[in-house]
Amino acid sequence: MAEKEISNKNSLRRKFRLGEFLAEYIIKGVAFCSFAVIILIFVFVFKETLPIFSPKEETATKQEFLQSESYGDEPATESSSQMSDYSSFTSDKKDVADIKNLTGKEWQPVGEDPKYGLFPLIMGSLKVTLIAILLGAPLAILAAIYSALFAPKRFKELIKPAIELLASFPSVVVGFFALITLATFFQEVFGWTFRLNSFIGGVAMALAVIPIVYTVTEDAITAIPKYMTEASLALGANKWQTALFVILPAATPGVFAALLLGFGRAFGETMIVLMATGNAPLSTLNPFEPVRTLSATIGAEMAEVVVGDTHYTVLFLIGSLLFIVTFLINAIAEFYVRAKLMKRFRGE
Amino acid sequence: MNNKLLGKSIIAFSFVSVVLIISALVFMLLEIYLGGRSYLSWEFLTQPPKEGMTEGGIFPAIVGTVLLVIIMSLACIPIGTITAIYLNEYANKKSIFTKMIRFAVNTLSGVPSIVFGLFGLGFFIQFVGAGMDKIFTPEGELNWGQPNILWASMTMAFLTIPIVIVSVEESLKAIPDDLRAASLALGATKWQTIWKVVLPNAVSGILTGSILAIGRGAGEVAPILFTGVAYFIPHLPSKLTDQFMNLGYHIYVMTTQSTDVEATRGIQYATAFVLLVCTFSLSFIAIVVRYRFRKKLIS
Repeated sequence: MAEKEISNKNSLRRKFRLGEFLAEYIIKGVAFCSFAVIILIFVFVFKETLPIFSPKEETATKQEFLQSESYGDEPATESSSQMSDYSSFTSDKKDVADIKNLTGKEWQPVGEDPKYGLFPLIMGSLKVTLIAILLGAPLAILAAIYSALFAPKRFKELIKPAIELLASFPSVVVGFFALITLATFFQEVFGWTFRLNSFIGGVAMALAVIPIVYTVTEDAITAIPKYMTEASLALGANKWQTALFVILPAATPGVFAALLLGFGRAFGETMIVLMATGNAPLSTLNPFEPVRTLSATIGAEMAEVVVGDTHYTVLFLIGSLLFIVTFLINAIAEFYVRAKLMKRFRGE
Repeated sequence: MNNKLLGKSIIAFSFVSVVLIISALVFMLLEIYLGGRSYLSWEFLTQPPKEGMTEGGIFPAIVGTVLLVIIMSLACIPIGTITAIYLNEYANKKSIFTKMIRFAVNTLSGVPSIVFGLFGLGFFIQFVGAGMDKIFTPEGELNWGQPNILWASMTMAFLTIPIVIVSVEESLKAIPDDLRAASLALGATKWQTIWKVVLPNAVSGILTGSILAIGRGAGEVAPILFTGVAYFIPHLPSKLTDQFMNLGYHIYVMTTQSTDVEATRGIQYATAFVLLVCTFSLSFIAIVVRYRFRKKLIS
């Protein structure tokens, strides 16, 4: 009724306002979608893992077909030989993924007595990620220092697009490159028994980690207030002294954030490890043996499981694990590091 | 003296790492180009695979990738652009709602692509698709509740929304407030200002964001692994419920799961090269657009 009064007063204005009102709320609604997406991801990835937490007695008849997973001329490993026989069987065994089964040291989801031990997978992920960070991060950080502080302007304009091109490399192409060129090269040079191993995966992953570490580090360095650099130069320090003793210490939280984000990226990356690490769920510390990472497990096995099956549920659990880990890493990088940076620049 | 040496070695080391990174990039490009060179031809691009995928071209994979990217863009570009407009034009920077959205966008860009794939499977196929089937085909026929190109594109769209948002927001931020103030002072409403003044000035940002998103969507494989991609289908996808072939997935299956990996090496290289050319030209265009835009701003 109040509305009617207004419209009687000046009908022109009301029409206007309706448009404005709609525009604002539609825009707000769509913006909310982006927020809803993350909630949806959260809900729907976790929802599928729920059966694990509510144990049930189930002796269902199921059929599973598993493709053989020989990657190139990789020698058959313990598990892949067991997996490569096409098995269709009725399962009246206990196929449960309880805590005991999940914390086991064996990942062997197919067979008479499936084992869903996540330990080798987590270790595989950590191994590849660490190798990638150890190889990629120093290169990326040094490159960022060079391009932000020392590089001539012309050269700088070449470095940035080059890194952007590297970032736009599809991970499946990096994986392909690692699988075919890198693996063969390294095996010829070092004579490894396993052509595909976690080191090859790590090297390839480093290529994926470099752009993100570089970008964040470079941003952190360029975000340092000019007065700090100028004060240092005015006191008689030269360029590299300023870089080493003034700029770098000020940028450490940013570099730390870069490392974290690189870690998150490498931890969740799928195609590279799926193609280049040999995919055998072994739990050894030797970097030259094949590994299977969390992400690669999902990628390799999801297509073949029965929906609602224990194996399916465990794969979703792995997905949730990846989600949580990357979520936490990003949150730390975001909040902690930003707070620290702000504090430092305010000179507290 | 010692210090001088230290300084020189720092500069030298950092220079060497730049050179290493760039040479790795060039080496990868050369290797893939040289490996696939002899296979690249017009026929390779326009023929379907033949002889059990050991010969012929990659035409269906190209079409599949293009369709995927188009459907994805229809979803991610509008949503991303509008969210960016909200964040930059409407939002009260300090409200919790805004902070929530910003945090969600940041988080979204860090979610591993394989998790998007799981999400696509759990949400689009098992929930939305199966739900639609229950409503439209009560006989229990599977229509939407299985992997198809629509669900794959939607999954990919979710992955690429943050890319669009970041890029559009950057260009919105660069527009001087004077322009908005001038428009409002002349009596334009907020929406008119956005539509007639702000957006035309943000076109390059929207363009850059879209191109980057498309490049990403064309190259990602993990999100579509179980939401719609197929190893081989004899016909091109003609409706939204069809499965499709994809360049990245083609590389993956040809190198790891085909019957004769060695015999198809050339095809694999050539496919990788085609995919690289696509994503590279896209990101190159994006770099040029952005560079020009920044130049325009400075002048």
